[in-house]
Parts: sequence; structure tokens; C-alpha cells
Amino acid sequence: MLTYVVNRVLLMIPTLIGVAVLTFFMLRVIPGDIVEVKLRADGGSVTQAQIETERERLGLNRPLATQFADWMVGLVTFDFGLSMWTGRPVAEEIAIRLELSMQVAVMASIIAVILAIPLGTLSALFKDTIVDYAIRLFTIAGLAVPSFWLGMIIILSLLLFFNWLPPITFTPFYVDPWANFTQLIWPSLAVGWRYSAVVARMVRSSIIEVMKEDYIRTARAKGVYERLVVMRHAMRNALLPAITVIGLEFAFLIGGLVVTEQVFNLNGIGRLFVQAVGRNDFTLIQTMVMLVASVFIIVNLAVDLLYAVFDPRIRYG
Amino acid sequence: MATTPTALRPYKLPKRRHWAVSFALRQPLGAAGLLVILVMAFGGIFAEFVAPYDPLDIDFGAMLAAPSIEHPFGTDAFGRDILSRVIYGARTALTIGFLSSFIGCTLGAAIGIASAFFGGRTDMIVQRFIDVLLSFPIIVLALVVVAMIGRAPLFGIDLNLILAIAIPIMPKVERVVRAAALSIREMAYIDAARAAGFSNARIIFRHMAPNVAAPYLIMLTAYIAQAILLEASLSFLGLGVTEPTAAWGLMLSGNASDFYREAPWMILFPGLAISAAVFAFNLFGDSLRDWLDPKLKA
Repeated sequence: MLTYVVNRVLLMIPTLIGVAVLTFFMLRVIPGDIVEVKLRADGGSVTQAQIETERERLGLNRPLATQFADWMVGLVTFDFGLSMWTGRPVAEEIAIRLELSMQVAVMASIIAVILAIPLGTLSALFKDTIVDYAIRLFTIAGLAVPSFWLGMIIILSLLLFFNWLPPITFTPFYVDPWANFTQLIWPSLAVGWRYSAVVARMVRSSIIEVMKEDYIRTARAKGVYERLVVMRHAMRNALLPAITVIGLEFAFLIGGLVVTEQVFNLNGIGRLFVQAVGRNDFTLIQTMVMLVASVFIIVNLAVDLLYAVFDPRIRYG
Repeated sequence: MATTPTALRPYKLPKRRHWAVSFALRQPLGAAGLLVILVMAFGGIFAEFVAPYDPLDIDFGAMLAAPSIEHPFGTDAFGRDILSRVIYGARTALTIGFLSSFIGCTLGAAIGIASAFFGGRTDMIVQRFIDVLLSFPIIVLALVVVAMIGRAPLFGIDLNLILAIAIPIMPKVERVVRAAALSIREMAYIDAARAAGFSNARIIFRHMAPNVAAPYLIMLTAYIAQAILLEASLSFLGLGVTEPTAAWGLMLSGNASDFYREAPWMILFPGLAISAAVFAFNLFGDSLRDWLDPKLKA
């Protein structure tokens, strides 16, 4: 088991380095950088000398290898540098927005789990009946409806039916839980539908798979109540693949929030990322990509390790 | 004399149905999805004849007009007919969706087969690279690619946008095709082909590729849905298709996001169009999977 863990952790390192190299050089091959975008933003004329000074100040005229080495050293020592656009530390720009995005992500996951496990199980147990078809339509629709459009429809419905709009300014949960909840529940629902659809489909197929196992037949032959067969024998075994999807989708939510935050006017990580891309803010983009990729890789690892804990065949296989 | 032989009545094989008929009978939901896709494709291809107005025609006399007989879906902030823009949007969505899924899946399949066939160190290096690509959330990778390569429009459709959508699709397809190809590589007929002295290229193209055709087709359909959704998201963020081209995601952004509370038809119809298209492709893709490869049935 220990060798397995060590192997998996060591495999993370080349992947992370690959992500860093790819992101860094992909950004640098673009002709034109932040300096032009920034200086021309005011509309005035810009001299070549001004551009040069600004590039000098941001360190953009140094050799790429030096810039890369600096960034890598910074990453390892958790010093991510300054945002090229605002001049504030990248870590600070991210930190003030992380709370909001994390909360939406957690709320969406809770919604997804609450919906997906019963729906997926019902769909599997009543396979090829009207219940199954209804649930499958609901999940396929969840995959089809774009979360940003769903968000707009939610806002519109709230306005139409309750003549009320969610608050625009973010209130942290510990300040005013209710205000916080009434603001963030809507974006969580907008991304939660898709999330629950993905998980429910996984739960359905893995329960169908497990119900064919010999131990289910044995349990039934022993005369175990069907309810217990499902809850104790089937679900426990079927939920492992579901955990994987929940984990992976959670990491990907950060990406999904990119569009949804725009609709709800939330100042979160997703929005920051879009802004950074629009402004060619290299330091901010590359650090955020690293952050998201690391979260994804770590979640992936955690899921694999959980698997090994629950399923000895992997540990010793 | 010999008795005259009674004419042998030829044994009649049960009538074999056309594959399309058999698909429609066995997968009614998938057939419904296919029907929606065909209607959209028809509208997109013949948009000039189907759409009641020019999608770019600005009419300041009819700004933000509610749905009516002249404008069944209403008009937008420039007085452009939304029905016409939705119809032309089908052309944009299906072109970008198909091309990016096709490029992504074909690249992924090619790399997957090659990686599995050559194995060893090649496979190891390719897989580490795929690991890296897989660690980016799709939209983040697409955004980075958009930022990286800028724009190169052709007929109002951005070639680089297609690439930005195709690149995140590629590694996912690669993994699936590689897994399939790895098991094919162990088959006796591959050994036979080698023993017969066939070249690597011949083995790959004639013996391995046809055997991954089913998962390839299934993914091609499924990723068209993803690509349409991704294109809509990128256009919504202002990083995809640009004005004045008619595109569903774009119709939900800009002016629409300012005015949709007063003029909800501006967002209702393009959003429904995106959902319907993605829904149809998902439905069709699922059914195609069940039909082509019952083993994969989820």
C-alpha cells in the first residue's frame, strides 16, 4: 500500500511540471502582451519608449528561461508574484475571491449528491420503466441546458414570480447566513443541475452493474428484505464510482463557475480568470491555471487512494 | 419414368430491414434526437431560404419588439429578427460543433492507436503528455488556447475557436481509443498480420482502425454536443464567435444580458436552441452507443 501511495504521489510531479511548462510557454507565444492592452486601454497615443519601460518594469523583457525559473521558484515557495494588471499580489487577488467560489462549489455538490443518489438508484431499480425514462430525460436535460442560461432563467423567474432579485453584494456566511444563502443558492442550483445529472447517470449504471453480482442473488436467496439488499449490499458497492465522479466534477466546477459567476454578477474565481484572460495578465493566468490543475490532480489522487482503501483488489493488484 | 421433381421452393430469408429503420425501431429516443438534428441541419444549410429576415438587418423602428406575427421570436436591441438569428445560429453552432469534434476525435483516435500500437517508451511519453492536458478543466484549456492563438476568422467563423474546442476534446478521446486499441493489439489476427509480414501502417489502418470505429463514432456524436455547449460558453464570455455573426451563445451576452429582464424573448429562444441541440446530440449519441456497441451499454 505504501509503495502504491508513494508511486502515485511521485507521478503527480511530472504532470504538474508539464502543466506549468505548457501554460507558461503557451501564454508567451502570443504576439502582443499585457503592456499594449493596458497602455492603449485609455485610448491615448503610446510611444515605443513607454512600452519598453513598462515591459522592463514587469520583467517581460528578460529571457523566457529566467522568467520561467523565477516563476517556478515562486511556486515552490508559495510566492506567486504580482498581478501584472492591478499590481497587487496574485495570492491576494485569488484569496479574496476564493471563499465565494468555494462556497458555491460546496453548495452545488451538496445539491448534486442529495438529488443524484436517490434519482440514480431509482432509475436503476426501475430500469426501462416510466420512472427510469423520466429520470433519464431529467439528467440528459441537465447535461444539455447551459448553466449560464439556466441562471438567467432563474433570475427572470424570481423577478417574475416574486418580484425579487438576489442581493448583489457578497455577505460572508459568518456575517449573515441568511443573506449569504439567498445570494448563493441560485448560482449553486444553476450549476448543480448538470452536476447532479453527471453523478446520477454514474450511480444508475453502477447500481445496474452491481445488481447483477452473485452476492446480491445470495442475499436475496437468504431472504434479506429487498430494501436492505439495495441499501446494504448494492449501494455500498455502487457508490465508489459515484465518489470518483463527485470528486472530479468538484474540481471541474471551478471551470464551470467561469460562466455562471458572470450571470449572477459574482466576483469569484471564474470571473477573475475571464478578466485575466481578457487582459493577458500572465502572472495571474498562469498561477490560476496551476491552482486549478493542482486541485484537479490532488482530487484525482485522493479518489484513487480512496479506491485503494475501499477496494483491496486495487491495493494488492 | 422418373418423377418430375417438384420445384424446390427457395428458403426465404427473413426480410432484412434497412439499418436506419432498424435504428428507429430499436432506439425511438435516439431517432427523435436525430430528427431534431436533421431539422437543425436543414435550417442551418438553407438558412437563406428558411429565415424570414436577414440576420444582420438592423431595424431601429422595431427595437426590442415582443414576439408578433412579423417577428415570431421578437427582435433584439438592434431590431434584428431573433428567429432569423436563431436559424443562422444553427449554421454556426453545427459547423463549429462538427468540425471541432471531428478534429478533436480524429486527432485523439490517431494518437491513441499509435500510442497503443507502438507501446513501450513512446506510449509512456505520450501518456504523460495526455495526463497534462487532462488536468485542465475543459473551459480553462479552451480559454488559454483562445488567449494563446488569438483570432483567424474565415467566413465569420473563427478557425482558432474550432482549435480551442478541439484541443480539450482530444485527450479524452485518446484515452478511450488507446484502451480499446490495447486490447485489440493482443488479438490473434494482429499476430497473424504481423506473421504475414504486413507493414505497421497496414496493420494500423486496415486491422486496428476499423475496430475502434464504433467508439470513435459514438464519441464524435457525443462531443459535438460538448463542443456546441463550449462554443456557446466561449461566445457568451465574448471570447468565441464575434458580432455580428449570428451565434446562440453570443445572443445571450452583450446587449442581451442588459435587457433580458425587459425583453426575455431575447434570451429565451437562443437558450432553448442551445439546449435542444445539445439534448438531441446527447440522446442520439446515447442511442448510437447502445445500438452499435451493446457491451458499452451504461
